[in-house]
Amino acid sequence: MTRPDPFRWISILPVNLWLWLWVLLPTLLVVIVSFASRDPAELIAWDFTFDNYTRLADPLYLQVFWHSLWLAGITALLCLLLGFPFAWWLARLRPGPRALALFLIIIPFWTNSLIRTYAIKLILGKQGLINTVLLQMGIVETPLDLLYTPFAVVFGLVYILFPFMVLPLYSNLEKLDHSLIEAARDLGAGRWQVLRQIVIPLTMPGIVAGTLIVFLPAMGMFYISDLLGGAKNLLVGNVVRNQFLSSMDWPFGSAISITLIVLMGLLMLAYFQASKRINRAGGIHDSTL
Amino acid sequence: MTRRFSLPFNMTRFAKWLLVGSVFLYLYVPIAVLVANGFNEHKYGTEWRGFTLKWFEKLWHNTNLMDAAGHSLVVAVSSATLATLLGALGAIAMYRYDFRGKKFMGGLVFVEMMSPDIVLAIAFLLIFMALGISLGFWSLLLAHTTFCLPFTIITVFSRLNNFDNSVLDAARDLGASEWTAVRKILLPMSAPALIAGWLLSFTLSLDDVIISSFVSGPGYEILPIRVFSLVKIGVSPEVNVLATLMLVLSLTLVLLSQWILKRK
Repeated sequence: MTRPDPFRWISILPVNLWLWLWVLLPTLLVVIVSFASRDPAELIAWDFTFDNYTRLADPLYLQVFWHSLWLAGITALLCLLLGFPFAWWLARLRPGPRALALFLIIIPFWTNSLIRTYAIKLILGKQGLINTVLLQMGIVETPLDLLYTPFAVVFGLVYILFPFMVLPLYSNLEKLDHSLIEAARDLGAGRWQVLRQIVIPLTMPGIVAGTLIVFLPAMGMFYISDLLGGAKNLLVGNVVRNQFLSSMDWPFGSAISITLIVLMGLLMLAYFQASKRINRAGGIHDSTL
Repeated sequence: MTRRFSLPFNMTRFAKWLLVGSVFLYLYVPIAVLVANGFNEHKYGTEWRGFTLKWFEKLWHNTNLMDAAGHSLVVAVSSATLATLLGALGAIAMYRYDFRGKKFMGGLVFVEMMSPDIVLAIAFLLIFMALGISLGFWSLLLAHTTFCLPFTIITVFSRLNNFDNSVLDAARDLGASEWTAVRKILLPMSAPALIAGWLLSFTLSLDDVIISSFVSGPGYEILPIRVFSLVKIGVSPEVNVLATLMLVLSLTLVLLSQWILKRK
């Protein structure tokens, strides 16, 4: 019915070329480089090897990976525990106040996240706001060592990533059909039961999206651990950054990144498998949400 | 019947406001400290020594910092504009046409959106090195446009997706060219999404640290990179003033765009 038209190609071609050139090609390049070797003069020597991946099994790197997973995991969990009730509150506001509240969540983003992390450093310091308040209220007698601890890193990560948890949860909770909850309550379900058997299953896509969007980037945010964590609380991002910008071992840095991507793929696969199994068991289908 | 399981009304109400209050406190106390220290006489911001505007003057004379902020804004505005243009075209392609590789395009958009910044950062660095693109304005523009693109495509696409395609076919049957149909129907329709996509890209670009620190060069420093090198030796309050000014600028921009949208 539609005649061939030059506009069709104007809309299809540029964006596809762009994605091939700046997304597909660079990603393939990372994969290839991750199997190459380091060369002091040329950065990369094209002798293909698995060494970069076997090197990851070194206890030193395993420990950083493990600590990083742990920090990111705690961050995702805290974001979820804080974000879920918050998104619930947001979704049930009237349209006016809701728009204002959403706006208030976005505003901090207009200050660069590095500068916001620096502000957190000021707050957590020995003479920072938290210690000053605690001292004056007489809760502690000597200032607490908050900075350069895992706590500080998680505090910073949650601060920067919290909105990424709230927004997908909110868009899911907003679509939630409240008559289902009322029906369950009418049939005698308690609050807890409603939450566990109705609300959480129905908002699972949002929970998973939010968790992944927080968990994966958290491991890469080297500037947060740099500013707040000190030398003991490194993230995978710090290792990658060092390999690229100071040790000049690009192949190893690439291998670490590929490992991160594979981890992301596995997590998503696990999610899709799990949701398939739920569907087969006659549960609620994603597409009905 | 179920009432006996629930907390007394005032308790839940209290819990609700405690949660909402703490979240906003958490989000805004650092911002407040940041802004306040821009007006603080004390250099390291550990205590309040009185109100001053001297940091504004210092900032004005700090050409390094002013240049970096200017570069950040130039990169944010140009990459947001480019990403919105490409994203709109891409969203129209996904919405209106069938073509080979359509699923693959969707896959690329999804993968890019889910990839951690650190992975995108090294991918950009590698491709720029491979193609001989020197690190500076162009590398920043390409990288920022690319990481904003999935967001603009999705924002515009989800707006178009609620729209009945047959109106366009009708316009075509009545003799309008494809371009006229898109220009007269789809573009006005997707205006709010275009503005939202642009603002989102502008925000993401201004906020970025990770990707920029891999693809910016010494010849074209942007704000986070400049500040990152300052943080180690202690940031002076000029940075706070600058952050405050940029916050006010972004706020004005958004309120202005909302006002324009409402007037339309």
